[in-house]
Amino acid sequence: MAAPPETNIRPQQFLAAQVRWHPLEIVFWVATLAPFYFFPSYLSLASQIAIAALFALSLDLILGYAGIVSLGHAAFFGMGAYTAGLISKFGWGEPLTGLIIAAFAAGLVGYATSFIIAKFRHLTLIMLTLGIGLLLYEAANSASWLTGGADGLQGIDIWPIFNTFDYDLWGYTAYTYSLVVLFLVFVATRRLIHSPFGLSLRGIRENAVRMPAIGAPSESHIRTVYTISAVMAGLAGALIAQTTSTVSLEALSFERSADVLVMVVLGGAGRLYGGIIGSIIFLVARDQFSGINPQYWLFWIGLLLVMVVMFLPNGILGGLARLKWLQRGKP
Amino acid sequence: MSALALSTRGLDKSFGSLVVARGIEINLPAGERYALIGPNGAGKTTLINLMTGMLRPDAGRIILGDDDITGLKPHERVKRGLVRTFQINTLFPRLTALEAVTLAVCERRGEGADWWRNLPSYRDAIEEAYAILASLRLGDDCERPTHELAYGQQRLLEIALALATKPKVLLLDEPAAGVPQEESGELFAAIANLSQEISVLFIEHDMNIVFRFASRILVMVAGAILVEGTPAEIAADQRVREVYLGSAHHG
Repeated sequence: MAAPPETNIRPQQFLAAQVRWHPLEIVFWVATLAPFYFFPSYLSLASQIAIAALFALSLDLILGYAGIVSLGHAAFFGMGAYTAGLISKFGWGEPLTGLIIAAFAAGLVGYATSFIIAKFRHLTLIMLTLGIGLLLYEAANSASWLTGGADGLQGIDIWPIFNTFDYDLWGYTAYTYSLVVLFLVFVATRRLIHSPFGLSLRGIRENAVRMPAIGAPSESHIRTVYTISAVMAGLAGALIAQTTSTVSLEALSFERSADVLVMVVLGGAGRLYGGIIGSIIFLVARDQFSGINPQYWLFWIGLLLVMVVMFLPNGILGGLARLKWLQRGKP
Repeated sequence: MSALALSTRGLDKSFGSLVVARGIEINLPAGERYALIGPNGAGKTTLINLMTGMLRPDAGRIILGDDDITGLKPHERVKRGLVRTFQINTLFPRLTALEAVTLAVCERRGEGADWWRNLPSYRDAIEEAYAILASLRLGDDCERPTHELAYGQQRLLEIALALATKPKVLLLDEPAAGVPQEESGELFAAIANLSQEISVLFIEHDMNIVFRFASRILVMVAGAILVEGTPAEIAADQRVREVYLGSAHHG
């Protein structure tokens, strides 16, 4: 047997190396500023991507890290969107407080449902999340006196941010606003997954049976992360309501839950950037393909999804990481 | 006689008409190493599941030290010091050995829900995890993902995870299961070297190992404790021989 290398990296250093910001990460975040200078006509799309990325990040936190598969994550997105829309409709259009109130409302629903979610796994769990999503959708549909039902919520009026930056036609403000929120939430999420709590979540994902046997209160961990994830999804929903001044039932729909799951799986679950990359690919593809063939654009997403899950089980980022690993492994 | 670390009083459990535990009475004194033996299907693992709370008994009580823990959840029992390992590796495949043991240390110290500070800043938890791994000679491989470790190393990691919880009572479910015979002695030597403050009850099929490492032996048959005694007593017991060799041979 070959002797281990002499340079015995101390355990802390080994773990610290995983926490450090990688140069590529800095490149990535600098690149997010590119639309301002190079594609100003795509700023609205960029804003939608940033919001979708935030939503995908919230799903990745429970799916990729804690192993909780959800088909009803739009419940929290829609909750955030309707809350943000409604408070502005009823006279309070200040965006930042609206954002916080909307996130709080989504978190409340997340916390309430987390007590059920934490007790189940596998197919039961998927069906529970799906069911809760459908419940909220139909509740919003039938409460048309409040939500506008199928016509969507009318009369949203968002004040300028800091009373200064109004929403322009081109989307400068919308993208800046969405990007700043995405970045702040990303930094917080990054911290979370590199903390002892993040390690516990990965423990739940890797082996839910062992966790109680090492004294870990898994159910309480799941309740916490599910609530945090709901807050993040609520933020994303509130952003879409505020930047587009519209909320429709689509925000709560099964399609939205499925789309975000596809984004996370495409990009690579449990990789922090997976959902972000997935949302970029998904929405850019939708934008481009729907120009060519508006009715059948999902065909290409379907094809891409099949290819990725067959050949890159850890998503596009997982595939790239393996490529890098193979290169390094060469003598 | 020294104080009891773990005892059970009249544990009963059945699945439908199948009785898997019948009036189980166990008294494990502090610091002792007891072996639990018996043919396949005798209910040994079920007994561990009952004691650790993974199964709920139909009747009876479980007492850890002076406390009745019958109503506690599995993770609460671990917090009190009653810890098990698994016959079939029940590990965290994509965590490194160091991460897995650090996870167990952090959970023991009540830091498992800390979400703001980076893991590397918990220096003493990582040091402790590394020390446990090094003591089981896993130090050099602690940075590899669990699923890449050799099978024997994974068996050791099973024990490392349990030790990270600072157990008072350790229930080892066939710790050497699947390990080649020449290595299983080594594994049990590591168990024998554990602190005398830890009481151990282990399930094992290899009688050489059992006679070497156990101070007392419990023989379980068909969901009940058939006989209990010192290794010498068990070796001489006619009923135990019948169970293991089959009564037909004595016709």
